[in-house]
Amino acid sequence: MASRKAAQPNKDNKDKYSVLLPTYNERENLPLIVWLLVKYFGESGFNYEIIVIDDGSPDGTLEVAEQLQNIYGKDKILLRPRAKKLGLGTAYIHGMGHASGNFIIIMDADLSHHPKFIPQFIRKQKEGDYDLVSGTRYQGDGGVYGWDLRRKLISRGANFLTQVLLRPGASDLTGSFRLYKKKVLESLMERCVSKGYVFQMEMIVRARQLNYTIGEVPISFVDRVYGESKLGGNEIISFVKGLLTLFATT
Amino acid sequence: MTKLLQWLLGVSLLGIIWAVIAFDLLELSVPGTYREVAWSMPLYLLVSFGCYSLATVGYRVATFNDCDEAARELQEQIKEAKEDLRKKGLKI
Repeated sequence: MASRKAAQPNKDNKDKYSVLLPTYNERENLPLIVWLLVKYFGESGFNYEIIVIDDGSPDGTLEVAEQLQNIYGKDKILLRPRAKKLGLGTAYIHGMGHASGNFIIIMDADLSHHPKFIPQFIRKQKEGDYDLVSGTRYQGDGGVYGWDLRRKLISRGANFLTQVLLRPGASDLTGSFRLYKKKVLESLMERCVSKGYVFQMEMIVRARQLNYTIGEVPISFVDRVYGESKLGGNEIISFVKGLLTLFATT
Repeated sequence: MTKLLQWLLGVSLLGIIWAVIAFDLLELSVPGTYREVAWSMPLYLLVSFGCYSLATVGYRVATFNDCDEAARELQEQIKEAKEDLRKKGLKI
């Protein structure tokens, strides 16, 4: 039987990781993502907290979050709800305001991002003392599940265009599974003005401008909602507009 | 300097060099063959870049990893999670 010290090798580490989970109608997924986070953080021994930022979900997500608080403790599950659906950027700012960790992890709450990669993010960060670590679907054994040819083509095409125009030094710019040093995220949030996909891109571009170091970890992205939310013409147009704006202003 | 300005600068520089050689603006007496090659360079480079882009994106789409294993693992863990949460008292 392994001694407790061997099973929790990172318990004495002083770092704390605050996971920001913006939610909207994630009543079914929230318990699952929290369970996975607790599992992988528990196994790795790193100190953590999960901050749920619910934007007034009509499906009762907040009520489920409160149940999870009772199960896992108010020190591990923090609730910072908002009255209605506001932007992702403001959700991060709102969540960060209450984060007690020195590192922030942002990810999607719909199970497309798997918490099993978080220990890898942490290890990567320590390897090079990176200011931010980005999950990439486009390198190594990173990839996606649930995308048809059209979706893959749009994704790779858009990424290629982004690489040519912005030369960002990171392979996956629209990904939103990342680990940041808290100070770094705060300084980037002050400077970023875009919305949606472009917001995530802008964070990386500005990070490079400020000479922050970026590490990458291949991740698998399991898209279970693709059937419902297809990538339509409007999204593509606003992506291109955002990309050209970044091209012209950074 | 923004990326846009970098591009404009780069394109302007190359454009000037191209014009000087292709139209012999500085009367350098560049040999005829050089001038002909230079003249068709912009189009040639554009087409080359187009082919490179298509090939690169095509290759990347073809080698885009499909994470079937990850999806399976997720399904398993979802079952496990639901069971464990039920035991812990979660009511959906």
